[in-house]
Amino acid sequence: MATQDTISSPAAASSRQLNDPALLRRRYSAERRFQAYGLAAIMVALFFLVVLFTSIISQGWTAFLQSSIRLDVTLDKSEFTDADGNVSDKAIRLANYAKLGRDALQNALGIEKPGRPEKRKLKELLSRGIDTQIRDVIEADRSRIGQTVPIWLLASDNVDALLKGSIDRDVPEARRQLDNRQVAWVDKLVEEGRLEKKFNWGLFTFGASSQPETAGLGVAIIGSFFMMLIVALVAVPIGVAAAAYLEEFAPKNTLTDIIEVNINNLAAVPSIVFGLLGLAIFINFMGLPRSASLVGGLVLSLMTLPTVIIATRAAIRAVPPSIREAALGVGASRMQALFHHVLPLALPGILTGTIIGLVQALGETAPLLMIGLVAFVVDYPVTPMDPATALPVQIYMWASSAERGFVERTMGATLVLLLFLFVMNAAAVYLRRRFERKW
Amino acid sequence: MSTWLITVGLLAAAAAAYLLSLFKARATVKGEVSKLHSRLGYYGSYAAIWTILPALLITFIWTAAEPQVIRSLVEKDLPQSVQSQPDALKSLALGRIASVAEGLPKLSEDEFKVVEKARLGFAPMTDAQNILQEKGVVLGSTPEPYVISAGYDQVIYKQNSRWMITGIAALLAVLGFAYSYFSIRPRLKARNTVENVVLGTLIAASTVAILTTVGIVFSVLFETIHFFSEVPPAEFFFGTVWDPRFTSVGRELSGAEGQFGLIPLLWGTLFISFVALLVAVPIGLFAAIYMSEYAGPKLRGFAKPVLEILAGIPTIVYGLFALVTFGPFLRDTGDLIGLDIAASSVLTAGIVMGIMIIPFVSSLSDDIISSVPQALREGSYGLGATKSETIKKVVLPAALPGIVGAVMLAASRAIGETMIVVLAAGIAANLTLNPFEPVTTITVKIVSQLTGDLEFNSPQTLVAFALGLTLFAITLVLNIYALYIVRKYREQYD
Repeated sequence: MATQDTISSPAAASSRQLNDPALLRRRYSAERRFQAYGLAAIMVALFFLVVLFTSIISQGWTAFLQSSIRLDVTLDKSEFTDADGNVSDKAIRLANYAKLGRDALQNALGIEKPGRPEKRKLKELLSRGIDTQIRDVIEADRSRIGQTVPIWLLASDNVDALLKGSIDRDVPEARRQLDNRQVAWVDKLVEEGRLEKKFNWGLFTFGASSQPETAGLGVAIIGSFFMMLIVALVAVPIGVAAAAYLEEFAPKNTLTDIIEVNINNLAAVPSIVFGLLGLAIFINFMGLPRSASLVGGLVLSLMTLPTVIIATRAAIRAVPPSIREAALGVGASRMQALFHHVLPLALPGILTGTIIGLVQALGETAPLLMIGLVAFVVDYPVTPMDPATALPVQIYMWASSAERGFVERTMGATLVLLLFLFVMNAAAVYLRRRFERKW
Repeated sequence: MSTWLITVGLLAAAAAAYLLSLFKARATVKGEVSKLHSRLGYYGSYAAIWTILPALLITFIWTAAEPQVIRSLVEKDLPQSVQSQPDALKSLALGRIASVAEGLPKLSEDEFKVVEKARLGFAPMTDAQNILQEKGVVLGSTPEPYVISAGYDQVIYKQNSRWMITGIAALLAVLGFAYSYFSIRPRLKARNTVENVVLGTLIAASTVAILTTVGIVFSVLFETIHFFSEVPPAEFFFGTVWDPRFTSVGRELSGAEGQFGLIPLLWGTLFISFVALLVAVPIGLFAAIYMSEYAGPKLRGFAKPVLEILAGIPTIVYGLFALVTFGPFLRDTGDLIGLDIAASSVLTAGIVMGIMIIPFVSSLSDDIISSVPQALREGSYGLGATKSETIKKVVLPAALPGIVGAVMLAASRAIGETMIVVLAAGIAANLTLNPFEPVTTITVKIVSQLTGDLEFNSPQTLVAFALGLTLFAITLVLNIYALYIVRKYREQYD
């Protein structure tokens, strides 16, 4: 028969081929090649990861240092008095701090009677943020007016860039941001120990600013904190309750099937669509304020809800049925079995899932752009209704700024964000290791 | 009282109700709590629920409805001349009234009296105007008397409404407490009632997910219909030119309407996603094969979590990497070998996005390959096949539907991805086949149309919702189909 023919003759042929050493060699080398492709794929992925981190760390770590100049500032009394010679709040607010700083710098460099262009060049070495710095010193103790006090004043972003080596000294003077004299002044200040790179606390405390040296993450960190708080207060209770219902009580019918599919699908909806939802419902329909971290928190809550539900369901499912049955056996109701036995045992898993949801929410940018968190906010938000920004949004805003100083800050902010995420992930791993139970 | 205060008050009342009922339940059985139907605490919770729940529900419903009700009351009292004005002017008048209503509570008691007298006709209206203007309330150049009257009315309505809802909440709380307190008997099934309420709460929580989807669909759909009333759908879906003409001034000057063609954006989105999949699918798939078939537990235990890190990095970080490092690198490399590659191009965004979705492909494929039964492999080994032949001829064909599902999920992720393309793909809507040129995507345009300070009802803003709906529809189809395949496939071997 035909089938027998097809079996017998190729079988004889292939048995000849199978013993052929050349064929075997080919097959084995194909095997090795295949294995190498797999290994290479993993290596390529790891390589990308390493490149990503090195590029961010190498460009970002300098943001944690900031050049400051120690100057003996003479707080000349005439600067802080109004027309009738009294020190007043208004006079302090309006004082010419730029001049005070420039005079102090001039004394430190030993320049006498500088002309107009020199004055301008001196001024360029100091940040515009020195106003607040000197004012803070005065407000802390008004008796200092009339004295000469040493203050660490922020250097301008160009001086900072020069010290960090991102302004090339070999570039011709005409194309360099600082001319030869300014460079010489900077070198002199460094030699005298007046100009130093110190740890940049401002990166964590300042609000929005158009100058890189006085721009910080303060507002963004508080905004992100508020949003995480809202996500924890909204998404977690709702998510746990929904998961408990679906796992323990829901009858198997079309409605629960729809809920299931819906939750899985919601987890894969593009995040930007949640931003549209927030804009249409929370802002236009419910009239909540734009740029408020409350709206951001609510949008992120809806977005993390599926994550929390899926994680909680897995945690509840991992509790063996014997626990439930024992509880029911001694007369507990199903609700009592859930709240007294199942949920406490599932708690570590729920916590891990919650942290993963929070991590996801903390890194999310796109939906927040829709609801006005892209805002220039200088003052710290006090309540979740105040205008704020979020960490990733701040990174986005700095990334779109043109000044060189912002590139470094952007990378620095990214490092801060990654650090937060790393700590939260580590907490999740620790919880899982510490409380994991094998039944 | 504010809703917040009412809530706090009700919570306190509920706590009191809890304790009182606890004592009563204990007293009815003279301390022998085993004679009660339910455990003691349930009687307390029973009364607490009756005290707080109806009152709280009414308060929330009223708080949500209050602004509309007051608005319509105020509007009804406006003079005929205002009511007959077109909507735009009317809403301007309402805005002025609202600012008066906001200013009034800032007045001192004496000042408020003057406004009150003016409203009731005992004092000239100009007195009230002067006082308000001193407090910085914007009244417009020629303040009409009805604005202040209406503002005053609005404040009074609001006060009355607050008093009313406080009263109603208190009444409901007292009634609820009384009913539950007097119904406490040893045979009362307190636990069953409490548990039913808890169950109701759990069910309500599980519908939030559905409500979210419904909310997304309706809010986006509603604005999209709004958009289509100004721009015909055919022009949107089949238009090949994207030129929204940002300002209305520009429209007046040039005399041309904005053009909202979806095709260039859709093309950009699909092109970038295709490049991303070209990167992610081979790497992810080979990584998954190696990890599930070849790697020892040590390498697997190291490589799998490290790959997952790629999935945990926020997309803004990838975007930044593409913008600052990878884009310039590609451009310089292009210069070296004589190719003209733009810093933000299809290639830049696509490759970086591909890196991002590697773990989506690899971890799902890994699960699926691992779930192919061992017996299939062993059958193949028994016939003399090498490991790679087994994988190519037996395991992969068996796992193919699941892998297709995984790739579709990754594709949906790539299509909806925003931050990478916002930072690294460009903003010009190009219909190009050249991967070295910038293109733009649906998500980029949603962001750029909505982040400006535009009036909300212009087609320039509304188009974002039409784009959002398109995006939602595409990803929904991909997701549901992929989830269906993956799920069905898993069941097959379980």
